[in-house]
Amino acid sequence: MADDANKVNGAEEAPIKERVKPDPPGYFEGESMTRRHVFTVASQAIGGIAAAGIVLPAVGFAVAPIFHRGKERWEGVGPVSDFVEDTYRQVVFTETEGIGDAGKTTAYVRRSSADLDEEPGKFVAVSNRCAHLGCPVRFVEAAGNFICPCHGGVYDFQGKRIGGPPVRPLDQFQTRVRDGQVEVGPRYSVTSQMEPVRARDPGEFTGGIWEYLYPPRPSTFPPP
Amino acid sequence: MPKLRKPKLPDAVVPPPLRKPAKPGSAGTPKGQAPTDLKETPERKTAGDRMLDLGKEAPIDALGWVDQRLAATGFLTGMLFRKVPKGTNWFYTLGSATLFAFIVQAVTGVFLAMFYTPSATQAYASIAHINNEVPLGQLVHGMHKWGSSVMVILIFLHMGRTFFFGAYKYPRELNWVIGVVLLILTMTMAFTGYLLPFDQRSFWASIVGININGTGPVVGPYLSDFLRAGPELGATTLSRFYAIHMLLVPGAIIALIGAHMYLVVKLGTTAPPWVKAERPKVAAPVSQLDAGANGNGRVNGHRADGAPVDGEGNGTSV
Repeated sequence: MADDANKVNGAEEAPIKERVKPDPPGYFEGESMTRRHVFTVASQAIGGIAAAGIVLPAVGFAVAPIFHRGKERWEGVGPVSDFVEDTYRQVVFTETEGIGDAGKTTAYVRRSSADLDEEPGKFVAVSNRCAHLGCPVRFVEAAGNFICPCHGGVYDFQGKRIGGPPVRPLDQFQTRVRDGQVEVGPRYSVTSQMEPVRARDPGEFTGGIWEYLYPPRPSTFPPP
Repeated sequence: MPKLRKPKLPDAVVPPPLRKPAKPGSAGTPKGQAPTDLKETPERKTAGDRMLDLGKEAPIDALGWVDQRLAATGFLTGMLFRKVPKGTNWFYTLGSATLFAFIVQAVTGVFLAMFYTPSATQAYASIAHINNEVPLGQLVHGMHKWGSSVMVILIFLHMGRTFFFGAYKYPRELNWVIGVVLLILTMTMAFTGYLLPFDQRSFWASIVGININGTGPVVGPYLSDFLRAGPELGATTLSRFYAIHMLLVPGAIIALIGAHMYLVVKLGTTAPPWVKAERPKVAAPVSQLDAGANGNGRVNGHRADGAPVDGEGNGTSV
């Protein structure tokens, strides 16, 4: 077959000068890449860099809020004398600024007692955000419990879970006293032993191995 | 019921494969003989008649001009006049129904966006404005709101049809995968759209939904921070959901619907499972018959004339 191909219009077979065939084909002596290959790789690399220059900042822009921690916010909720040891007082304050009433949240505040808390004489602010999926719980005075209307989560006086689907006790807010006013600050979560940890979203377990399965987020504040 | 006569279509709009061949002797057939009446002087047309002819042909000429440049006739013929298997029934319209629901969502969504303000402080008021003051606003908003549920229901029915008819099997697995991605994107649309009215239900439903996302181990907490654009549901959450709902997901859905439909046309649809394959007209040896039917109304390994094509009966050379 190769002989046929060398014939020109059926003419007598003429001796054809043996061409230097590069080995491997397409490469000349001393070359490790063909010209075409170099340009292919180079244009793909330049295109990739250009695409990354557009995509990476855009993705970073969308993802950045994960790593951003806002300003610590403290708000006065009433004079020290308003709060007692044996029941809660409901207070409303702004947790997220800029969205009006939707940014407000409710906490139940009491004075810490020697029976329940390690340090008496301070103030405990329990968040009303259910640890199941974030519905608002209310404190039922007669039962001394927090009860969630959505899926029937029940918490005791301290905020520990005693029934229903919640996975941990109710969150708390940091408290301090300034000029005779009780102030509430950043949110934090607690383990089932009431040890403070960084704030977790509802539905996430705290303590033990769960601290690794639900890692603390950079957007939350360190616990007290 | 009286049978209606089929209307006569002009040749130019009938795709070439379905056109009747021109009679020999008529104009434009080089092999035919010249018409006998050519020698006689043709009737002179009046100027009015000529204008009428011009008017009749103008749309076809314009269509031809476009088609000469697009070469779309072949594609459109293949798509619109494709064969469907025996037994095709109303269940096969569920996919088109889902597509129609999506088109309704897209059109009403565009018009809602003309009045909606994606701001945490103004969103609720703008929806109230649409519902109470904009003419027909309540209707358009209602179509979008209820249409979203209709689309979710239809997409599940379509999925059920595909599953129970076995239409996900080879060679249509890729189309099933694309369909599942479309289902997920539709659910994303339903979830992100729920927050936009920014009333009590929207707000708490989104909080619960984001928290469910957060319960996924390891990535969950970061995923909820990403969705909220921060540790709490805030002003940016609404604009983020709005951008996902308006810009990101619809583009992806349109692109994937294109791929989905391309594969439907390319691979054809399946017959329902209760439609049996037809036996060939000409008897064939039993040893070749039991190679099995492929559901297309043909027996593998045989051409329509009954001649065996290959003994293995792999169905590819029918």
